[in-house]
Amino acid sequence: MPARRSLGEGVRVAWLILRKDLTVEVRSLEIAYTTLFFAVSCVLFFAFALVKEGKAPEDGAAGILWIAIAFAGTLALGRTFERERQSETLRALLMAPADRPAIYVGKLLGIIALLVAAEIVLVPLVAFLFQAPLLSHPFWLGAVLLSGTIGFAAVGTLFSAMLVRARSRDVLLPVLLYPITVPVIIAGVRATAELLQPDVELALVRFWVALLLALDVVFVTLALWTFEPLMTD
Amino acid sequence: MRVAVLLALLFTTPLIAPAFAAGSTGFGVAGQQQQPEPPKPTDEFVPISQLPAQDQLPAAPLLVTAYAFVWLALFGYLVSVSRRLSKVQREVERLESDIAKGTRT
Amino acid sequence: MPKWFMPFAGLTAVMFAASPFVIASVRYESTMGLVQKIFYYHMPSASMFLLSAVVCGLASARYLFKGSPRQDRLAYAAAELTVLFGAITLVTGPLWARKAWGVWWTWDVRLTASLMGWMVAWAYLLVRKYGGPGSDKLAAGLALFGMANVPFVYISVNYWRTIHPKTSVVPTLPADMGMALWFSFVCFLMLFTLLLRLRVRLEEQRAKLDALYLSLDE
Repeated sequence: MPARRSLGEGVRVAWLILRKDLTVEVRSLEIAYTTLFFAVSCVLFFAFALVKEGKAPEDGAAGILWIAIAFAGTLALGRTFERERQSETLRALLMAPADRPAIYVGKLLGIIALLVAAEIVLVPLVAFLFQAPLLSHPFWLGAVLLSGTIGFAAVGTLFSAMLVRARSRDVLLPVLLYPITVPVIIAGVRATAELLQPDVELALVRFWVALLLALDVVFVTLALWTFEPLMTD
Repeated sequence: MRVAVLLALLFTTPLIAPAFAAGSTGFGVAGQQQQPEPPKPTDEFVPISQLPAQDQLPAAPLLVTAYAFVWLALFGYLVSVSRRLSKVQREVERLESDIAKGTRT
Repeated sequence: MPKWFMPFAGLTAVMFAASPFVIASVRYESTMGLVQKIFYYHMPSASMFLLSAVVCGLASARYLFKGSPRQDRLAYAAAELTVLFGAITLVTGPLWARKAWGVWWTWDVRLTASLMGWMVAWAYLLVRKYGGPGSDKLAAGLALFGMANVPFVYISVNYWRTIHPKTSVVPTLPADMGMALWFSFVCFLMLFTLLLRLRVRLEEQRAKLDALYLSLDE
């Protein structure tokens, strides 16, 4: 059993892992580019599918944005851990004398960074294609997107780390991830949709953000608690 | 196996119960299959028994389907588990006897 | 099988066979009439659905942190029962709703959360079946998240504007309806116990078979 390490040690480990992931990624930007491209194609796909008489549905913006985030996120999660699997670095990481939960946090922050980067591109794109005033309340939109992304990534990072050694991992990730993240998606879409209304009811948005934050706390806590036993053989 | 038979026998007897419970509503109402016209707007309250038949949704088929589904699902699951269990038990017995007879090393 | 199993099974079968008659003897509910009688099977099966999700979650937690294979077998069995009772709830509910609300389905909080919980149980079974080595731990992790959904399903009707009846309905039922409901509830609880015990036995026998095969390889 590893000795109880201090919080500072945990933070340092998480930061090291995040830095390592970012360094590796920046070299080729492979995952960033492919995820981004996929997210954009997703949005376009939906736009084409839902276009009626040359006009895309205006109310579809919130839903399509979140679906694109979810699909792109799933892809990014799979790709990130595939890279770990191929270079056997995950096993090396787990053998290192580091606090397991810190490893999880490091990986989580990396995924969140990637998704936030994707969202920075997706939000203007969706606003443009659907004539949606997504940028009218940037602070609240940022809060909604960030808290939703954290929730989605928290569960996603846990499950894809667990799936690294499993069979059929590509299809099992969505199978595991999507049912659990339904509340996150619902809250995210409802909050975003409310922000797109001509007269926004901020109290409602605040409610959804509060719910998202509560979900984040529950998911991250559960993930931190179960990461160690789940990654042990 | 005996469990399955016992529960099967007692499951089938309640199938006559819906006829009991449906009582006076009867099954005949479900027979109407005309294309429904949109209902004419009414000016005052009309109790449901006086509405034309196509506006009344008969409850009996819904009730019967619900109860039938519950019994079939429970019974079906019971059969499924019993079958899987007998299969595994047979194989366990076969293996055990083979080991005992020493035909397998 | 343990000694109590067969007599318990017999008693359950008799009670369950009697339940439609008990339900038929209760008066009709004033606004919904005949179709409301689906309630006496819908509500207990929903309770069993949530109960099995909790049993699965607790067993999974114990399996993850203590490593006991008995808990793993219990979790697997409970997951299957979650799918079973969830299916019953999700079919009887819409059949009742078609008449009571006019629609088969609505994206109401409780319905959505229940459907989601049901899908998590399906995902558990899929992972156990196709996940390969290590899938037992994976599924256990999933079950914990699924269990977190259960209290949400229960309280959702009280805090959101919803068409589904609130939890305050059951304690305030008139006496004869309450009796029929409790009778049904006890039946379903007994069925749950029976089916769980039977399903766990299947897992035990499978484990025994695996152990036998392993001993052959030595």
